[in-house]
Amino acid sequence: MAILVVADHNNSALGASTLNTVTAATAIGGDVHVLVAGTGCAAVADAAAKVAGVSKVLLADNAAYANQLPENVAPLVAELGKGYGHVLASATTTGKNILPRVAAALDVDQISEITKVESADTFQRPIYAGNAIATVQSSAAVKVITVRSTGFDAAAAEGGSAAVEAVATANDAGVSAFVGEELAKSDRPELTAAKIVISGGRGMQNGDNFELLYKVADKLGAAVGASRAAVDAGFVPNDMQVGQTGKIVAPQLYVAVGISGAIQHLAGMKDSKVIVAINKDEEAPIFQVADYGLVADLFEAVPELESLV
Amino acid sequence: MKVLVAVKRVVDYNVKVRVKADETGVDLANVKMSMNPFCEIAVEEAVRLKEKGVASEIVVVTIGPKEAQEQLRTALALGADRAILVETAEEVGSLGVAKVLKAVVEKEQPGLVILGKQSIDSDNNQTGQMLGALTGMPQGTFASKVEVAGDRVNVTREIDGGLQTVALNLPAIVTTDLRLNEPRYASLPNIMKAKKKPLDVQTADALGVALTSTVKTVKVTPPPTRQAGIKVKTVAELVEKLKNEAKVI
Ligand SMILES: Cc1cc2nc3c(=O)[nH]c(=O)nc-3n(C[C@H](O)[C@H](O)[C@H](O)COP(=O)(O)OP(=O)(O)OC[C@H]3O[C@@H](n4cnc5c(N)ncnc54)[C@H](O)[C@@H]3O)c2cc1C
Ligand SMILES: Nc1ncnc2c1ncn2[C@@H]1O[C@H](COP(=O)(O)O)[C@@H](O)[C@H]1O
Repeated sequence: MAILVVADHNNSALGASTLNTVTAATAIGGDVHVLVAGTGCAAVADAAAKVAGVSKVLLADNAAYANQLPENVAPLVAELGKGYGHVLASATTTGKNILPRVAAALDVDQISEITKVESADTFQRPIYAGNAIATVQSSAAVKVITVRSTGFDAAAAEGGSAAVEAVATANDAGVSAFVGEELAKSDRPELTAAKIVISGGRGMQNGDNFELLYKVADKLGAAVGASRAAVDAGFVPNDMQVGQTGKIVAPQLYVAVGISGAIQHLAGMKDSKVIVAINKDEEAPIFQVADYGLVADLFEAVPELESLV
Repeated sequence: MKVLVAVKRVVDYNVKVRVKADETGVDLANVKMSMNPFCEIAVEEAVRLKEKGVASEIVVVTIGPKEAQEQLRTALALGADRAILVETAEEVGSLGVAKVLKAVVEKEQPGLVILGKQSIDSDNNQTGQMLGALTGMPQGTFASKVEVAGDRVNVTREIDGGLQTVALNLPAIVTTDLRLNEPRYASLPNIMKAKKKPLDVQTADALGVALTSTVKTVKVTPPPTRQAGIKVKTVAELVEKLKNEAKVI
């Protein structure tokens, strides 16, 4: 049976994570269809049609889907999903918001944040903040799954030539409304897609000191992340939190600055290829996962790092 | 308005769990158990709504073993008025939990249901959303701000790109994120008082819910371990290694 991938998008561009989810779908095997539910989102459907491995794009254009309100989008996905063996979405905040509603509507359990496909019905997923890996098997007629992007390479954005087909849409459920959004603006790469990530923790002391990290990041083309402690203290906004309950990243290089290395933080970055830790406490647990550890005061080390890269 | 809060008993967040040698799960023998941290935030939010006069009664519910009464007592000590334990020795998946919660919602008719965004053991992040589908209620997940106004609730949500605010018709579901509030500690007098608050024990059967699951765990294994790294002495040495050894900059 075919696989339905629910596209992550903002009505104008396809989210990068959808490419990883298409790869997961390809690993399951079968025709891969992508659903683009939104409004005025034809450009997204065209982009999805070009993704290598996609054989059909379903375009559901309706004002009710403008802001991905789950009350409106989930019934559509559940209705379409009945005709598929699997329904997949990226484990972004949008995917996590919508997909469990789809699973419950289909009366099946959802498998969250898979990192590996073993077969069409068997998957791996981290549990307990990544301290254990569960292999789970689903007997559901429709397997509803969210996909952790760091577990799968991105499918090629070009190379496919799928047909785009408009589908009938559901109505506004009328129980929820979008009020507004405050989106972080940054010229730096997106945290979950960046090749290099530099994160600061409580050791940064305040938000202004993050400027030290931004300077290094700009020289390296890196994204900047943070620990929960730095977010809770108001140094930086919530969308920068890396960890079990924030964003999961696995860049080529992760630099942890003034971060102790609590399990909840490690859960979000320990699959990075190379990990660097800069911390003045040589006993800090972050050094246990660091490939290169530097015991130093960050206020001396980071400016020096900036001058040397 | 009545507020229903769902809480879960989980391994304490400070515990680094170990996988059992027979790969059937993680070793929970003699491990400290606590209320899921996101559920503590859910209880705190309900208590604040009551202090503001928005909530009239707070009911806490958990689906779990007999021992989960401890977490219900904690919630009662924090300010909940009464508790319901839906007792089961089995591990219940999020869909099963959501079905039980739906039955409780039908009975209790709350104006607001508050859950955590995620259990720190299963890391599922599903139950609130599933309850939404089963009841038809709207959901404000990953909440960092909750404002009840008349027959609506405005929920500010922590999303990947920043913050989003939605307006939901009541009754509604809220799932908590870390920044929603900072939970208080229970005072000794309140812990004593909590012992006398009502705690009702039920079964899923009696609520007419079948706890079957379409997912089974085949095995649980340890994550891959990282090779031990090295300490560098200077920033210059670090940069040299990153350029020439790791080749990542
Ligand atoms: C339910 C739950 C979910 C959580 N989710 C997350 C999550 O997703 N992500 C996350 O990160 N955390 C999460 N946490 C929090 C986690 O447990 C830790 O509290 C947090 O990661 C600590 O952040 P930190 O390392 O910045 O702060 P600290 O632990 O306070 O560490 C600060 C470090 O900075 C070092 N330092 C201080 N000054 C300097 C200096 N001048 N130079 C060099 N080093 C210096 C110190 O030696 C110390 O090691 C969660 C916790 C709970 C309970
Ligand atoms: N067994 C349970 N009993 C009561 N509430 C639960 C249970 N499991 C999950 N929940 C609620 O659902 C939230 C999210 O859990 P999950 O979907 O399992 O990640 C938790 O924070 C609780 O509020």
